[in-house]
Amino acid sequence: MATEFRLPELGENIAAGDVLKVLVSVGDTVSRDQAVLELETEKATIEVPAPVSGTVKSIHVKEGEKLKVGGLILTIEEGAGKKAEKKAEGAHEAPKAKEPVAPLPKAEKIQARQDVKEKAPEARVAPPVPPPPAAMTATPPAPRAKDEPLGPRVAAPATPSVRRLARELGVEIDEVTGSGPGGRISEEDVKAYVKAMMTRPAAAQPGAAPAVLPLPDFSRWGEIERQPMRSVRRKTAEHLSHAWATIPHVTHHDKADITELEQLRKQHEARVEAAGGKLAMSAIAVKVVAAALKVFPQFATSVDLVREEIIYKKYAHIGVAVDTDRGLLVPVIRDADKKSILELSVELARLAERARNRKTTLEEMEGGVFTVSNLGGIGGTHFSPIVNSPEVAILGISRGRIEPIFINGLFQPRLMLPLSLSYDHRMIDGADAARFLRWVVKAFEQPSSLSLEE
Amino acid sequence: MSEKPNSTQLAVVGAGPGGYAAAFLAADLRMQVTLIDAEANPGGVCLYYGCIPSKALLHVAQVLNEARHAAHWGVEFSEPKIDLAKLRAWGQSVVRKLTGGLGQLSKQRAVHYIQGRASLVDHRTLRVQKAGGGEETLAFDHIILATGSRPATLPHFPSHSPRVLDSTAALQLNHVPKTMLVVGGGYIGLELGTVYAALGTEVSVVEMMPGLLPGVDRDLVSPLAKRMAAICRSILLNTKVAAVKEEKDGLRVKFEGAEAPAEEQVYETVLVSVGRKPNSNIPGLDNTKVEIDSRGFIKVDLQRRTNEPTIFAIGDVAGEPMLAHKASHEGRVAVEAIAGHKVAFEPQAIPAVVFTDPEIAWCGLTETQAEKEGCPIKVARFPWGASGRATTLDRSDGVTKLILDPDTERVLGVGIAGPGAGELIAEGVLAVEMAATATDLKLTIHPHPTLSETLMESAEVFFGQSTHLYRPKKIPR
Repeated sequence: MATEFRLPELGENIAAGDVLKVLVSVGDTVSRDQAVLELETEKATIEVPAPVSGTVKSIHVKEGEKLKVGGLILTIEEGAGKKAEKKAEGAHEAPKAKEPVAPLPKAEKIQARQDVKEKAPEARVAPPVPPPPAAMTATPPAPRAKDEPLGPRVAAPATPSVRRLARELGVEIDEVTGSGPGGRISEEDVKAYVKAMMTRPAAAQPGAAPAVLPLPDFSRWGEIERQPMRSVRRKTAEHLSHAWATIPHVTHHDKADITELEQLRKQHEARVEAAGGKLAMSAIAVKVVAAALKVFPQFATSVDLVREEIIYKKYAHIGVAVDTDRGLLVPVIRDADKKSILELSVELARLAERARNRKTTLEEMEGGVFTVSNLGGIGGTHFSPIVNSPEVAILGISRGRIEPIFINGLFQPRLMLPLSLSYDHRMIDGADAARFLRWVVKAFEQPSSLSLEE
Repeated sequence: MSEKPNSTQLAVVGAGPGGYAAAFLAADLRMQVTLIDAEANPGGVCLYYGCIPSKALLHVAQVLNEARHAAHWGVEFSEPKIDLAKLRAWGQSVVRKLTGGLGQLSKQRAVHYIQGRASLVDHRTLRVQKAGGGEETLAFDHIILATGSRPATLPHFPSHSPRVLDSTAALQLNHVPKTMLVVGGGYIGLELGTVYAALGTEVSVVEMMPGLLPGVDRDLVSPLAKRMAAICRSILLNTKVAAVKEEKDGLRVKFEGAEAPAEEQVYETVLVSVGRKPNSNIPGLDNTKVEIDSRGFIKVDLQRRTNEPTIFAIGDVAGEPMLAHKASHEGRVAVEAIAGHKVAFEPQAIPAVVFTDPEIAWCGLTETQAEKEGCPIKVARFPWGASGRATTLDRSDGVTKLILDPDTERVLGVGIAGPGAGELIAEGVLAVEMAATATDLKLTIHPHPTLSETLMESAEVFFGQSTHLYRPKKIPR
């Protein structure tokens, strides 16, 4: 298969460059990541790496030519190059399954990165495609403070000119691994980092690297206002970027006929309110999910890639997403399986209020094995929630709607509740997900099996 | 039809080291610049009332002190005759030459200079009250506020009295008093105290903290403290001025504190040097989104931009340390940011110098800071008693030290006390910025015999291998 290699995004402030040197000829075998072009931008000369392995079929640039981002450089006939990388392991699935961005999950790779960091390497090794530090479940993230110096401040060891270069290229100097003694960061290290960034497929990698691509100066087009990112927003951004980047997501949608459940709910509403709760779908969902986890224990697991083990959690603490003025918080209801729907309603109302009033403790926010996210109160037909890593599944609930359902030869108006189950396909297969959700649907459709007090 | 207001691409308010550096760079980058200041030429406090005049006088003080000390070497000078008017004139000529020079540079670069006082109308317009009379309204695309700082005052002091001086008045050198009380043992008070002591005044210093130059590493202050104790009548630490009353022949001062003299003392003059306050009270600033913090500094980001996108602030008015060289560099960053370059003000070390005798200079991480932040460090200290050059100068009262990262050997900070510390520290700043290691300093050949060698030898101390100082390391490296 012939691949057209076009110049990838280099950073917002670099739209083009001059071709300094073409490093390959027609007929050459190239490996993925091998430098094929030297490009001179305003401030630095950058090596442009090949995106795939194969044979150079044709070269579309000449030395001295100006090359814009998106411009055609080479046509490569893909084939077994020296390091023919196989495409994504789990690439069979639904559109949501992302190609693993960086070949993270192997223990050896993690080991290799640790080695690079720990000693000053003898040869100048360009750092491996830098995976997001938090992705490694076993290794603690790289100790680089960003804007806030955490404890003793040790700034990145880079000379002023190197720091300037990093700014010009839109690179966060603290993210660069230095190859010099004492971790000193050289100009080459910064350029190698840029090069490594370019080996990823194009710009749309939201979770892959901690925000390295520079933003344009938006004030060029109109008035702007900058506000500092508050801690909840920052944590949410980091957490979800990581979850999105490391978990191959699939979302399975289904609908539950809650016509009868809704009637029952209305009947008992008052009683629950008297007890200080709100008999809402969320509380019922928590109960149902807690029960489902007993039947499908693989949904209450976490994946330990370092030890290559699956951790089964024998408890049912369920997190419930709460929308607050500070952002999204997920307080956790402990032992939801041991609580009645009445108790869950009361606890949920209390937790939600505490979350909104900034009163939740750290303990109340951790320890969950599964998360429920209910947007039905606001609206929507379905959505694909992001798995609350390191959990493996999350149940999203959208707004119930009266729909015509074909029952016994007639169309009947039934209240249908959309359910969306996103799951980690490394752990959970499609069939399991379908069964789990079907079970949940059935539980919703047989409200007599649900008791208020048990 | 009303006259269309003049406009400029960049307005710079305040032509001190921050303002003029910014204006000149902007002109070099082909921006249309207007520079506004109350004086006839650029220079600001630094040139007119601060750094420059004080250093000129400190040089004279140093000559006087060395001349006196020369008797030790067999060269005896008789008591010098000090022509105060001539000394004053010389100091003024230095200021005139330098500020005139800046005026020339300003013209060469076609910077539009307006002598006057500026106020803001809104985030795109300012008004200048011109020195010669009249007003001018100016529209700008961007503005850099470089309005600097002013000496802080103490409320209970009779500031109207001609006997109560601030640094500006002290530098005017109107006369040499017989006695002077310096209130505040910081760098300004000590530098000016040194000048007056050399000219013959009996200087006393009162400082409310437990030591002179609070915040500075004690081992750097100690050689100076010894010298100050020798040339001053008294140094009162942990002590405050409780009351000051103007009398016919002087100022009667009552002290309180650990070293307060029981009786009130009378001084001919009192120099108040208790710090400086940022000049952020710019009229019209509240018509913009600019924010000021609790200490009076204008809040800025890494590019020195305020909350108002068209307004930048640099120098003393934008935060600590209040130093001229910090202002200049901030000014340049601000201009580059306005020009669209991807820059930030992110120095790893800003040097500070106290131009007393001995001088004290430091940059980067200090021992005091490291202790406060719980930062693990190793200190490699080289006393000047072991320096050949220091001995030839008969000035062994100095020390050079490196603050190092114990794991990477990286130079995190440098501290020097001794004559010439102010010049020597530059190498330290470079070492910190270049992320140099102790090995780098050790292997860099320094000329002999110089005081700069002490930096190389401090690095050798780190390895327990200093040539001129026997301090073997217990564990071989």
